[in-house]
Amino acid sequence: MKKYNVKTGISYPKIGAMGKTGTWRIFKPILDKNKCIKCLRCWVFCPESAIKRRNDSVEIDYDYCKGCGVCANVCPVKAIVMAKEER
Amino acid sequence: MAIKDFPIEEYVLPGNAACPGCPSTMGLRTVLKALGKKTILTIPACCTAVIQSWYPYTSFNVPTLNIAFEAAASAASGIAAALKKLGEEDINVVVWAGDGGTYDIGLQALSGAIERQTNFLYICYNNQIYSNTGIQRSGATPYAAWTTTTVKGKKEFRKDIGEIIIAHHVPYAATACVSYPEDLYNKVKKTMGIRGPKYIEILAPCPPGWRFSMDKTVEMGKLAVETGAWILYEYENGKLSFNGISKSIAEGKYKPKPVEDWLKLQGRFSHLFKPEKDIVRINAIKDHIRDTWEHYKKLASL
Amino acid sequence: MKVVIDTGNYIAARAAMMAKPKVVAAYPITPQTTIVEGIAKYVENDELDAEYICVESEHSAMSACIGAAATGVRTFTATSSHGLLLMHEMLHWAALARLPIVMCNVNRAIGPGWNIWCDENDSIAQRDTGWLQFYCSSNQEVFDTVIQAYKIVENEKVLLPAMINLGGFILSHTSLPVRIPEQKEVDEFLPPYEPKWRLDVNHPITHGNIIFPDDYYKIRYNMQLAQDNSRKIIKEVAREWREKFGTYHGDLVEEYRCDDAELVILAMGAIGAEAKVAVDKIRKNGLKVGLLRIRAFRPFPEEEIIGMAKKCNKLLVIDRNISVGNEGALAGETRACLKDRVEDANVYGFIAGLGGKDVTYIDIEKMCKMVIDGKAGRVEWYGLG
Repeated sequence: MKKYNVKTGISYPKIGAMGKTGTWRIFKPILDKNKCIKCLRCWVFCPESAIKRRNDSVEIDYDYCKGCGVCANVCPVKAIVMAKEER
Repeated sequence: MAIKDFPIEEYVLPGNAACPGCPSTMGLRTVLKALGKKTILTIPACCTAVIQSWYPYTSFNVPTLNIAFEAAASAASGIAAALKKLGEEDINVVVWAGDGGTYDIGLQALSGAIERQTNFLYICYNNQIYSNTGIQRSGATPYAAWTTTTVKGKKEFRKDIGEIIIAHHVPYAATACVSYPEDLYNKVKKTMGIRGPKYIEILAPCPPGWRFSMDKTVEMGKLAVETGAWILYEYENGKLSFNGISKSIAEGKYKPKPVEDWLKLQGRFSHLFKPEKDIVRINAIKDHIRDTWEHYKKLASL
Repeated sequence: MKVVIDTGNYIAARAAMMAKPKVVAAYPITPQTTIVEGIAKYVENDELDAEYICVESEHSAMSACIGAAATGVRTFTATSSHGLLLMHEMLHWAALARLPIVMCNVNRAIGPGWNIWCDENDSIAQRDTGWLQFYCSSNQEVFDTVIQAYKIVENEKVLLPAMINLGGFILSHTSLPVRIPEQKEVDEFLPPYEPKWRLDVNHPITHGNIIFPDDYYKIRYNMQLAQDNSRKIIKEVAREWREKFGTYHGDLVEEYRCDDAELVILAMGAIGAEAKVAVDKIRKNGLKVGLLRIRAFRPFPEEEIIGMAKKCNKLLVIDRNISVGNEGALAGETRACLKDRVEDANVYGFIAGLGGKDVTYIDIEKMCKMVIDGKAGRVEWYGLG
C-alpha cells in the first residue's frame, strides 16, 4: 500500500476499520446450508459485506456481522434464522 | 444482470461504522460492484461520511474525497476536469450524497455541475431526512412524516427533484431503490456508457430515521414501490419510462397495495393511526401519490 | 525578457498562464473580472492547456479547485470581496487538505452598501484559514508573486494554499510596465507539478473522513509548522527569483530606508507603494522616516517586525481594514508580537482608506507628522473629516 507523508486526513482501507463489529450483535444469523437454494439474496443485501460468497454458496463472517437480520428477512426459503447471541 | 453475475469484489469493506441494516451501505455495495475499481467517489456531509469509519482507516476501497455539505457536485467538476487533463477519462467520477446534500444545500452546485455538462454520475441516496444529524426534516421528507423538526408531521409535500434534474436536459436520470439491486446495478452500468451528467436517486429506507426494525430495510423499500409511493423510472434521450413494478402499475397490470401497508410499519407515521386514524392526512398522501403518478404518466407519454 | 504595460489583473492572468495550471475554476466579480476573462481567453486560444470551469459560485470555484488539486493537478482561481467571503468554508478545507492552490484576491470592500473599491477587510477576514497571504504594491510584484507562490506552496515543507492580494482598481485596473520573462525561463524556475498526495485508483485512500481530537490536533499543529517553514522558503524563492529575473520586492517584508530611521511606517498592499513616496518626501525635510512594507501577512513576519522595533521603537501602522471592536489587523498583530519582546516599542495604529477612500503620500506624510508631533493616539481614524 502506497503511504503518503503529508499530514492531512488521509485514511487507508482496512477490513475491520471499526474493529470487530460482530460484537455489536444481539441476534445472530444461523444459516442452514441444507435449506439454502443459493439464490445469493442474503449476499447482495447484506449491508455489511459480512456475507461472503464462495462460488454459489455463502458464509457468514461473524467477526463483522452486526446482526441486523436483513439476510434472514430476504431469504425466500427461511434458510437463515436469527438466534439470540450467546457470549 | 442477475445477482449471481454480480462481481464478487467488495469495495465497501466489512467492519465499518454503518448502523445495522443501513440502506446506504446496501446501495453503495451494489453501485460500486457495477462501477468497479476505476472510480473516484466524492462524498459531502451525510451518513456515509461517518460510515467510512475513522482516521487513519477507511472502509472504502476506492479513492474517496470527503467535501463540504454543499460542495460535492462542484468538487466532482474539479475531479473530472483534472482527470481529463491527466488523460484518465476512463475513471468514473461519482458523487454519493444524501437527500439533504442534494435537495437542499447542494442543489445549486448540482445544478451548476449539470448545466456545464460535467462528465459524472451523481447519486442521491434518499433516506428522506437529515439522518446523520439525528432525523431532521429535509426537502425530501414526505408529507406528514414525523422528524425531530416536524414533531406533529411535516406540513409540506416533498420536492420533486427528479423533474428539476430532467429540466436540465440531462442525458440520463433514473430512480432506484435498494430493494431492487439488479435494477440499480443495470442503471449504474448504463451510465458508464454515457458522457455528461448522469443522475440516479436511490430510495434508502433508514431504520432509525423511519422508525422501523433494522431487519426490514428491504421490505420497506419494496412496499414503497408496491404502494406506488416511490416510482421507479428512467429518463433517457428525452424519454421517460417506468421500470419493474412501477412499469406494471403504469400499465395497469399490477394493482398498487394500499399506502397504509407501507405507512403503518413506520413509526414516523404512527400518529396517522393512533389514537385514531387521521383520514384527512392519509387521504392527502393518497391524493399526492395519485397526482404524482398522473403527472409522471403524462411525462412518459411525451 | 520583455516589458509589457498592462493592468494588474491582466498581469495576474498572464502570470497564472505562465505557471501552467491544468484546472482553473472561477466566478466573475468586480473588480476581479478581467483576471478570469484573461485566463478564459488564454484557454480558448490554446495559449494555456487547461480546463477552465465556469462555476456557478465562488464556493464552487474553490470546491472545484480542491477536487482538481486532490486529483493531482496544478490549479488557479481568482476572486474578490463577497466572492472570497462565500469561499470561506472551502478556504479552510483547502488548507486542511494541504492542497497548494494559488489564488489572486482583488481587495474590495464588503457591503452593504455596495462598494467596489479597495479595502482589505475581505482577505483579513480569511487570516485564520491557513492560507499564505501576500499583499502586492505593484503589477511587477503581482506577476512575480503569483509564480513564486506556486514554487513556495508546492514545496513539501509548505503544502498550503496561497492568496496573492492586489488592491481593487489601484492595481487591478491600473496599467504599469512589467518585465515578463520567457516561458522557458519560467519553466526552469517552476518545475511541473508533482502532487504529494492524490486520489489514485491504483492506491485508494479516503481523504477527510471522521478524525478524532488527538489526530486532528496534530494536523493543526502541522499546518502551523508548514506556515513556519514557509518563512524560509519564501526568502529562498525571492532570492532565486532575483538572481534569475532581476526583480525583487523583499521577501516576507520589504525594508525601505530604515537603517537610520527614527520612525518606521508599516503598511501593506498599494499603500506600501504610496508610503515609499512619502518616506522620500519626508526625508527631504530632514526627518528620518523608513518603511517596513509587509508582503506576507501569513506567515506573519514576526522576527522582522521585532528586529525593526529593536532598531526603531516608533512604529506607525496603517491598516486598510478594521477588526471592528478592536483595531486594524496589522496594528493589533504588531502590538501582540512586540509585547514582552521589545519593551519600549510604541505602536501608532492608523485606520485609513476603508471602502476605497484615497490614501496618498500626502496623507501618509500627515500621519507621520501627527506621530512626530506627539498628536497620535493608540488608534487613529485618519481622515474621518
